[in-house]
Amino acid sequence: MSVAANGVARRSSAHTAGDALFAGIARSSGVFVLVLLGAIILSLLAGGMLAFRHFGPLHFLVSDDWDPVQQQFGALVPIVGTIVTSVLALLVAVPLAFGVAFYLTELAPVWLRRPVGTAIELLAAIPSIIYGMWGFFVLVPIMGQIIEPWLTDTVGNLPLIGWLFQGAPFGTGILTASLVLAIMVLPFIAATMRDVFLTVPAVYRESAFGVGCTTWEVVRAIVIPYTRVSVVGGIMLGLGRALGETMAVTFVIGNADNIPTSLLAGGNTIASLVALEFPESQAGTLKLSALLALGFILFVISFIVLAISRLLLRPRQA
Amino acid sequence: MRLSPILIVVAFGCAVALPAAAQRQITGAGSTFAAPIYGKWNELAKAAIGAELNYQAIGSGAGINQINNRTVDFGASDMPVPDAQLKEHKLMQFPTVIGGVDIIVNVPGIAVDQLKLSGEVLAEIYLGKITKWDDKAIMDLNPNLKLPALAIAPVHRADGSGTTFVFTDYLSMLSPQWKTEVGSSTSVKWPTGSGAKGSDGVSGTVHNIRGGIGYVESAYATQNHLVTTQLRNKAGKWVRPDAQTFSAAAASADWGSVQNFAIDLNNEPGDSSWPIESATFVLLPTDPADAARSLDVMKFFDWGFKNGDQAAQGLEYIVLPKSVKESIRKAWSSQIMANGKPIFAGL
Repeated sequence: MSVAANGVARRSSAHTAGDALFAGIARSSGVFVLVLLGAIILSLLAGGMLAFRHFGPLHFLVSDDWDPVQQQFGALVPIVGTIVTSVLALLVAVPLAFGVAFYLTELAPVWLRRPVGTAIELLAAIPSIIYGMWGFFVLVPIMGQIIEPWLTDTVGNLPLIGWLFQGAPFGTGILTASLVLAIMVLPFIAATMRDVFLTVPAVYRESAFGVGCTTWEVVRAIVIPYTRVSVVGGIMLGLGRALGETMAVTFVIGNADNIPTSLLAGGNTIASLVALEFPESQAGTLKLSALLALGFILFVISFIVLAISRLLLRPRQA
Repeated sequence: MRLSPILIVVAFGCAVALPAAAQRQITGAGSTFAAPIYGKWNELAKAAIGAELNYQAIGSGAGINQINNRTVDFGASDMPVPDAQLKEHKLMQFPTVIGGVDIIVNVPGIAVDQLKLSGEVLAEIYLGKITKWDDKAIMDLNPNLKLPALAIAPVHRADGSGTTFVFTDYLSMLSPQWKTEVGSSTSVKWPTGSGAKGSDGVSGTVHNIRGGIGYVESAYATQNHLVTTQLRNKAGKWVRPDAQTFSAAAASADWGSVQNFAIDLNNEPGDSSWPIESATFVLLPTDPADAARSLDVMKFFDWGFKNGDQAAQGLEYIVLPKSVKESIRKAWSSQIMANGKPIFAGL
């Protein structure tokens, strides 16, 4: 290595060339990822342009018609289905995940924490089509023969929320799909919560115990406020997974082409509708364009959710 | 010696691979309904014709896409392609096998082939106008059966499917209200009921719901021992879904009256004809780029027509009448050309 006038060692020109080459490769890889993302967005938009132009973007978003014979397509039914199932899945999964994280960090004996934690992570490793088949062959009969008739008879007669639980007990439907989705996003939220609960500095927790707080008060007053932002970020991660889940939902959602009038009714999500209708859509048809437009809309929804989660998961200012 | 097992495995692998490498290949894509029989014919025919079939059961619509783009040697579709599209994409179409569609039910106390339904009642059920099993219309058709006061749960195919096309086409024929309100296609806007993915989804959902009714390919119903129903055919007779009634419908069809073999086998006349069935079609380019591959495809289907009847019947398909097979061979000779000369010269 040669030594320059100010004493700093400079690399030889061969090393500089190698550095430049590597920097170039790294930079182009980063650019490639951006270009690929942009290309996917543009191809979805280009493919869906026919549908957007034919129906008008606003009309396409709020139309609940899906009639392949009359060539009338609207995005409202799948969008409503996607949002409703994802929100319901979160309503079920978040308390469960909180319970799991609470148990794993505070209550479980030390020898039990690793196995239970591994079991939760294994839930995340199960392929989604296995969830779909399990949901269809195991959960749907239970829902249709035991749980849904019971719901219609009891909760379905309550004044304000009764209408949510009325309807023929098909077994498939929004409620079943939300339950399957809840089980699928549970590991993501639980793992994030457990990891951030463990980052709370011991001195905070110990001092709270020292002034006589119970375990619940420690978690409620110290751990959760400290980790609140990251917990919400983990929830957003689970929401992102729930929005895009295809095969598990397709098997159990009941695939009806109208806005669901109750939780027991069937519906459709964007992902399940595209998965069902895509194989029979011929190139150049309005239906294919409507499906690509739906894909673009789902991309926009996922992007918004991901942006919010990135915003919430940024490093805390000390 | 540790080397010899490795040598044996390598030699075995070469022995297996070399003949396979020497085989010619033909590719096809499309209908899932016909995939079992094309697979079976391939197994039996590849030694005889020297070409192996690589078939992808990706759905009729996707199969049509692929043959339009000439990425496969033939496309397979359950719905016949309109004449204008055949001309535009320079394709000829011919049927290969026929299959029936069964109606399956799950009503307590009803056994296989016991319930009697008509097309008009089916349309009303799927339109949502008949909602209970003890409705007068159904009781009139079944005076000797005790039907429960159970809600009907109509189940349909959620994915686009040739079976849906056949079923909705039949309903459109018998119910003017169905024809105007819903229509017929591989995927329609169902007024009521629940969707399920695939024939196994439909049969599973009907099995799970008391009072369920659905439609599946008859091969599926037979192999899974589902509770099927009788139907009233065009001649007013009650028929059960079996090979005899399916063949009767195929035989009484007027194949000569349609262009491009685009026959509609629904609601055929004849005392023992089953009313809901259809052929499945294959699409071939009339101007193939590779004449040898085109000839291989025609040899494959020619073998299937000559020697594949037993295999087809074993898989619960109905074979084409002999006269139709002859017309297909004539069509191959007259429509598929290379350099102005027919590729298929009759074998």
